[in-house]
Amino acid sequence: MKRLIAALSLIAAFATQAAADISIQPVTSPIGRQAWLSEEHSIPFVSIQVIFTGGSSLDPEGKAGAVSLMTALLNEGAGDLDAQGYAAALESLAGTITFEAGRDQVSMTIRALTENRDQVIDLAMLALTEARFDDASIERVRAQMIASQEREARNPNTIARRAFADLGYAGHPYATPTDGTPETIAALTPEDILNAHRAAFTSDLVYFGAAGDITAQDLGDIVDRIVADLPTSNTPLPSYHTFDAPSGVTVIDYPAPQSVIQFGHAGLRWDDEDFMTAYLINSAFGGGGFNSRLMQELREQRGLTYGVYTGLASYRFGDSFVGSFSTANETVPQAIDLVRAQFEWLANGGLTQEDLERIQTYLTGAYALRFDGNDSIAQILASMQFQGYPLNYVNIRNDLVRAITLDDIHRVSARLAQPDALQFVVVGQPVGLD
Amino acid sequence: MSQSLRLFAVAIWGVASSLLPAAAEAPQVFTLDNGMEVVVVEDHRAPVVVHMVWYRVGGADDPAGQGGIAHYLEHLMFKATDTMAEGEFSDTVEANGGTDNAFTTSDYTAYYQRIASDRLGLMMRMEADRMVNLRLDRSDWLPERDVILRERGQRTDSSPDRQFGEQMRAALFLNHPYGRPVIGWRHEIETLTGQIATDFYRVHYAPNNAILVVAGDVQADEVLALAEQYYGPIPAVEDIPARVRPAEPPQLAERRLRMTDSRVGQPYFNRLYLAPIRRSGDQREAAALEVLATLLGASSQTSVLERELTYNQGLTLTAWAGYQSTALDYGYFTLGAMPATGVSLQEAEDAMDAVLADFIETGVDLEQLDRVRMQIRAEAIFQEDSARTRAEALGAALAVGLTPQDQEDWVDVVLSITPEEIVAAARSLDRRQSVTGWLTGEDQ
Repeated sequence: MKRLIAALSLIAAFATQAAADISIQPVTSPIGRQAWLSEEHSIPFVSIQVIFTGGSSLDPEGKAGAVSLMTALLNEGAGDLDAQGYAAALESLAGTITFEAGRDQVSMTIRALTENRDQVIDLAMLALTEARFDDASIERVRAQMIASQEREARNPNTIARRAFADLGYAGHPYATPTDGTPETIAALTPEDILNAHRAAFTSDLVYFGAAGDITAQDLGDIVDRIVADLPTSNTPLPSYHTFDAPSGVTVIDYPAPQSVIQFGHAGLRWDDEDFMTAYLINSAFGGGGFNSRLMQELREQRGLTYGVYTGLASYRFGDSFVGSFSTANETVPQAIDLVRAQFEWLANGGLTQEDLERIQTYLTGAYALRFDGNDSIAQILASMQFQGYPLNYVNIRNDLVRAITLDDIHRVSARLAQPDALQFVVVGQPVGLD
Repeated sequence: MSQSLRLFAVAIWGVASSLLPAAAEAPQVFTLDNGMEVVVVEDHRAPVVVHMVWYRVGGADDPAGQGGIAHYLEHLMFKATDTMAEGEFSDTVEANGGTDNAFTTSDYTAYYQRIASDRLGLMMRMEADRMVNLRLDRSDWLPERDVILRERGQRTDSSPDRQFGEQMRAALFLNHPYGRPVIGWRHEIETLTGQIATDFYRVHYAPNNAILVVAGDVQADEVLALAEQYYGPIPAVEDIPARVRPAEPPQLAERRLRMTDSRVGQPYFNRLYLAPIRRSGDQREAAALEVLATLLGASSQTSVLERELTYNQGLTLTAWAGYQSTALDYGYFTLGAMPATGVSLQEAEDAMDAVLADFIETGVDLEQLDRVRMQIRAEAIFQEDSARTRAEALGAALAVGLTPQDQEDWVDVVLSITPEEIVAAARSLDRRQSVTGWLTGEDQ
């Protein structure tokens, strides 16, 4: 691959920074719940995305990974079906039901052929409300999760990411990995798993998106089935934590010819009125593509890295302006100095009118590329609601992008970029760092 | 969780056992006078198009001692031409709201853009330009070579799984260049130059060695007219070398590797068998292997290996099977597993071989086969949702010598495979033509 797929794990907000000439209809279910639908009958299947607010942020202290382990157990048998019986039933329908735990949410993704949609929904309901959590399943999935975390604990990218979060979110759930650590996973009890289930799936903080071959009425019925047997939320969400890593360079020894570097500082709140402007700034500065300032300086001009990326990692309860790259151990000091200099450049009004127009053209033109099939559209519709965007956002989004001026860019750049606050976590064996 | 472990395990090998889709609307195929093939997949649901040019040259065509040159050239194709400045190609794509990228495999090199469909002509003008007008200055090729060394450092040398995969493939192929990594060995990358890349470019980049694939909101006749306008004037190159790579001798001895690395978190083993591939007009043998891989390893819960090893015997955390069906010369079939805590690699490997022997003995579970067939049929429907996915599969097939008809037929061939053919495919896996590797941490 010529370029990396963006290496950073970013908030779902970015998926919603697109717009398209698809029509989104608001659906109200019989009991009055809301869902967004992109109805398109040309191919006989539907994708449905459900987002439950909370996710691993709900893990109690010392029980990191509880929501993740619970989520992983949902397709390990439900109702009368054991793990293999459940999987076989789903396979015979060629349906897909996946659950995924994130920082701030658990998502449920359903894909079903029109011909057997009701049966797939039945299985989804079974997993959601009657998961068995058998001891044998718990132990098997626990062992898999621990093995996976043992691998992650030796992955230099993960080591860098976690150390960076540790520095900035000490004492907050965001400092602990979503999937927990081998120690916390090993200590989870069946009761912890049941509690996690009770906390993660609630009928009030949930959002629905659907795309494909389904009517508003059928979707409304499915929405009501999903919320019918769920409790209302009663688990407190974490408080907001300002990312407060100290400035400086932290080195973690790791045997490899190249170092992985994670860098950044506090970011912008996801609901900040300047978030869109910051999004444009990030796109021009390090948001991907050959043309970003950082890519030009580190890769194109000097061959120091295969790729360098930044992102606005703005979660519900904390945010950072963060980037990463990998470079030879010998060139770590040079690359760090260059990144610092680019943050200075950005903070001091480096972006020009030409940069702004280029990024506006790109972002407004690329919007349609995001709406790439039923799965993508359903996911975008659900996450737009999760992020609190209005229904007409897709229609006005490009106008919002075009309305941003160079004054806005410079004002927000000065807020966003703080060269003196930069923390660099270096995982490797860098040479020549003071 | 087991799902993500599984995805990871498969990703190591780059082998997916998913089946290629059947096209919703048959692709339309043309050939320009200069020999360039043109394939169009129409999908009018969104005003977007994918424009791809596939060259029939890849890492396995690198001259001996110059490993990585095909991939290096792919990077350099984004530099200056006689008419465009360094970086102008991607700048222009971006300024028109599009995205572009490229990739290199052992058998082909592909360049693509996704963009609003009314910009197709512009994309063709630029892609046709760099097919013949590339100009490599030292100020461009030298730093790009460093970029590739960093790419290798990041993607391969920083990952014991990737390094292990390289060593495995090097051991599987005794003579064929599939044993070499596409990115190249580090010591050979370090010797590559702009001149070597230019020589390679002049030999291999030509309209009669390329396939144009356009998918999206376009009319086939309009695509053809644009292709004739932009690609048509480029003359064919007469003496493009035939793609005859060194063949494998009879493989008489099973190979075994053991790699130890302190960065390994969880030991596992993997086995690669040399295997046949899809042949134009003759895809049954490959289709049987495809179904075999699906039955053995595709489902985290119900596949034969997971059911027996992970669920019934509790000996593994996960187990997998895969098959690389689409290549110019050879495919390979993969089996492997990650032992559960307290289970040795030898125990897990022996248990897997016993499961395989038992599968050959008792035959196919017909209910499982029915479920797999249902999923294959459904996949063809799901794939209608992505003209891009279909276009990519089609481009890859054509680039290794298959025809659009072969690609059309593939799902039907797979669905027609009998239980007897599946067992025969399992029997055909020959340990003498295999390499088995164990990857462990230092304290394991």
